[in-house]
Amino acid sequence: MGKFIGKSVKRREDARFLKGAGRFTDDIKLPKMTQAAFVRSPYAHAKVMNIDLSEAQKAEGVVAIYTGQDGCGAYGVPCGWQVNFKNGDTMREPVHPLLAKDKINHLGEAVAIVVAETLELARDAAELVEVDYEELPAVTDPKKAMEPSAPLVHEEWGDNAAFDWCIGNDRTEVEAALASAHHVTEMEYRNHRVAPNAMEPRSYIADYDINAGKWTLYTSTQNPHLIRLLLCAFVLGIPEHKVRVVSYDVGGGFGSKVYHYTEEALLTWISKEIGRPVKWTSDRSEAFLTDAHGRDHVVHSKMGFDKDGKIVAHLTDEYCAMGAYLSTFAPAVPTYLHGTLFQGVYTTPLIHLNVIAPFTHTVVVDAYRGAGRPEATYLLERLISKAAKEMNIDPADIRFKNFIPPFDGIDEPGYQTQVALQYDSGNYEGVLKRSLEMLGYEDFRKEQVESRKKGKLLGVGISTYIEGCGIAPSAVVGSLGARAGLFEVGHVRVQPTGKVQVLTGSHSHGQGHETVFAQFVADKLGIPMDDIEIEHGDTDQVAFGMGTYGSRSLAVGGSAIIKSVEKVLEKGAKIAAHKLEAAEKDLDYAEGKWTVKGTDKSISFGDVSLTAYVPHDYPEGLEPGLDFSSFYDPSNFTYPFGTHIAVVEVDKDTGKVDLQRFIACDDVGNVMNPMIVDGQIQGGVVQGIGQAMLEEVVYDESGQMISGSYMDYAMPRADDVPMIETDRTVTPCPHNPLGVKGAGEAGAIGSTPAVVNAVVDALSHLGVTDIQMPVTPQRVWKAMQN
Amino acid sequence: MQISLKINGKSYSNDIEPRMSLVHYLRELLDLTGTHVGCDTSGCGACTITLDGNAVKSCTLLAVQADGCELTTIEGMANGEQMHPIQQSFKENHGLQCGFCTPGMVMTAADILKNNPNPTEEEIRHGLEGNFCRCTGYHNIVKSIQQAAATK
Repeated sequence: MGKFIGKSVKRREDARFLKGAGRFTDDIKLPKMTQAAFVRSPYAHAKVMNIDLSEAQKAEGVVAIYTGQDGCGAYGVPCGWQVNFKNGDTMREPVHPLLAKDKINHLGEAVAIVVAETLELARDAAELVEVDYEELPAVTDPKKAMEPSAPLVHEEWGDNAAFDWCIGNDRTEVEAALASAHHVTEMEYRNHRVAPNAMEPRSYIADYDINAGKWTLYTSTQNPHLIRLLLCAFVLGIPEHKVRVVSYDVGGGFGSKVYHYTEEALLTWISKEIGRPVKWTSDRSEAFLTDAHGRDHVVHSKMGFDKDGKIVAHLTDEYCAMGAYLSTFAPAVPTYLHGTLFQGVYTTPLIHLNVIAPFTHTVVVDAYRGAGRPEATYLLERLISKAAKEMNIDPADIRFKNFIPPFDGIDEPGYQTQVALQYDSGNYEGVLKRSLEMLGYEDFRKEQVESRKKGKLLGVGISTYIEGCGIAPSAVVGSLGARAGLFEVGHVRVQPTGKVQVLTGSHSHGQGHETVFAQFVADKLGIPMDDIEIEHGDTDQVAFGMGTYGSRSLAVGGSAIIKSVEKVLEKGAKIAAHKLEAAEKDLDYAEGKWTVKGTDKSISFGDVSLTAYVPHDYPEGLEPGLDFSSFYDPSNFTYPFGTHIAVVEVDKDTGKVDLQRFIACDDVGNVMNPMIVDGQIQGGVVQGIGQAMLEEVVYDESGQMISGSYMDYAMPRADDVPMIETDRTVTPCPHNPLGVKGAGEAGAIGSTPAVVNAVVDALSHLGVTDIQMPVTPQRVWKAMQN
Repeated sequence: MQISLKINGKSYSNDIEPRMSLVHYLRELLDLTGTHVGCDTSGCGACTITLDGNAVKSCTLLAVQADGCELTTIEGMANGEQMHPIQQSFKENHGLQCGFCTPGMVMTAADILKNNPNPTEEEIRHGLEGNFCRCTGYHNIVKSIQQAAATK
């Protein structure tokens, strides 16, 4: 722990948000700016027979109207990850057009865009666009999409598969082990579709400067450099050095703002066509229809055990929806971010996962907080808890029997799984023990028995998770189909006065980078935090970056900054040695100054900085300046882990689940700012609780969404959840300089199965063995009646 | 239509379309962009302001309905550099992450405490029922309001 590292330093970014002075994209107004409104399909699957613009074009204030016939971005928005079929056939990649031409593939797909002087006038004119559709049958369920009679999303391939994939041990070997297992637990369920619902709807402004031949795109993205690259090189074919992407304050992302969306490219194209800036901000209904969704796996699993409760084999088959097109990271989510976590925290010797990834007549599915790992955790943690019930073993005991023993990954290699990964360090029994203490597990079980006698339905659910974060070693992901590197850039620019600007390719949309990054830079340089400014979100300032997702900012982005800090200190030492007339090896650096060992001769960081920029008395042959940029490519993923425990009481008359306590003991490696880590865990936990108890995107048979507003889609509100009780253990990551693992997704990964396990536990004496989430009162009540 | 109203102590008079929502008026005409729009069904509370002393969702009202009223928006809470005690408490307790729902949360918190200076945790949670936060899990928002109540 340093002066700042490990301290709950209050956030520097808070004042502007608290005073209503945030810089969200929709807050920006440019001179002569126009506003756009979309005409979107009311059908999930349809032919576009005719578009009549005549009335709309005559409407007041209309600047321009475009349809799919106008030739913008002919190649569509690309997919960033290629997963080929098991038989070697290439992944099927449909063109994802900026505006639909003659075929609609999901509800809300854009057919036309109206640009007008004001938003009201754009919306008025959009209502006057007449589109003739011929509605076609649709399929929204990923398993049904693979039935021979299913309507086809893309007819050219003859079926709806985008790809299939498998990982782990040989299937026949796993099946044989299951056949001879003492006990087999089986589950069939749907890890249902949810909507990320960042509170700030997506918003974009494109501005073309005709004299400079240069575009500026203001966008609510988690990933400004990648958006620039995809926009320029793949969609519009415009020069990358002529495009500036700016993403100041972003009101939450949770994955949904990682991807390159059609609207970003379309507005960029239009701004040049009309020679004026153009803005579009999604409303919430559009967000439900067009933001990438999460999850949507149809699952069939079998887990085999020996007579002592040790897992002997695990076999799962899944249908994982892609939606109508392939979103930026979509193919990676149910494969390399999912199947690779099937080891969980257990010593399972044989694992096989088979995935079929179909297109469906729905909006795209991509990474949502946790991305594939919550789905893996839900599966493993429900299976092992269900097995514990069936085998009459305590759910904590069955986990202790199966845990991978503790390892620190320092002197010996990490734990090699059956599904490709090598875990870095872990102590899985440590977090379970601590969380059981936090609950008072034995007393709770006694209370449960007593309360059942009084007719109360109390239940406890345990979930012990692991996740792969700090995404990712570029060469590894490249060999697995990633079309991008997943390094990060950290630039440390020391000013002549010793003040420091840090430019990062990571992006903060609530994570507190402006504070946390300044904390560790201040400690490493031994200077006040006030002397350090963190900049992000502007491609003209920051050399490059791969953005923020996969809990990677500190583990990868922070490590890149550390590399540059080390270069600054290394060069600074040369300057200091010259000024102090000493050898570099005789210098110590501490508290912002170089001192000749054993003397009081020293020179401050500020004086060395000034010397670097006023190099009159200066080491021969050394370049002036104190300014370094570094790329950091991690050598491995990081592997945070933890235990979550939920305590529920089910109302026996209505089936309503009351979440009474939620305990989270997580290990995210070293902690830079405990206040912020706790905040990330609390927020993630409640998102996971949301999926377990409340949230579900529902499409009907025709592909209409019947959960497309906050009147229909239930997100957790303040009175749905209790205070979240958090604690942590610390098992440092052995392979990055800060020893950090990442905390952004942990809460959402561990919490969902804990809640459902608790509900099943509360009802188990009534014969309930499983329940489909979300555990709404209706579903719970029905389960109790059966 | 002509409307005249007072916002954060300052008088405004504008000729506006009758269909213009109050939040749109604040954001687009007056550049008071601290009040946010997070939904279109009055479900999220990001647009919460105070109208004649009561918290209202400014996306649900037409601007013309505010004619003759006194409004406070998030921009009117702090006194220059000096934050309002509720704002200070949100900062002390990490009651915000991305900051988008925050203005609505602060305005709602002020309303909760105005009507009930010493609320229980349950009363605070009930009072926040009309405001979504997707980042914090509400934990630190509740703590922020508890501390603001205790230090008043």
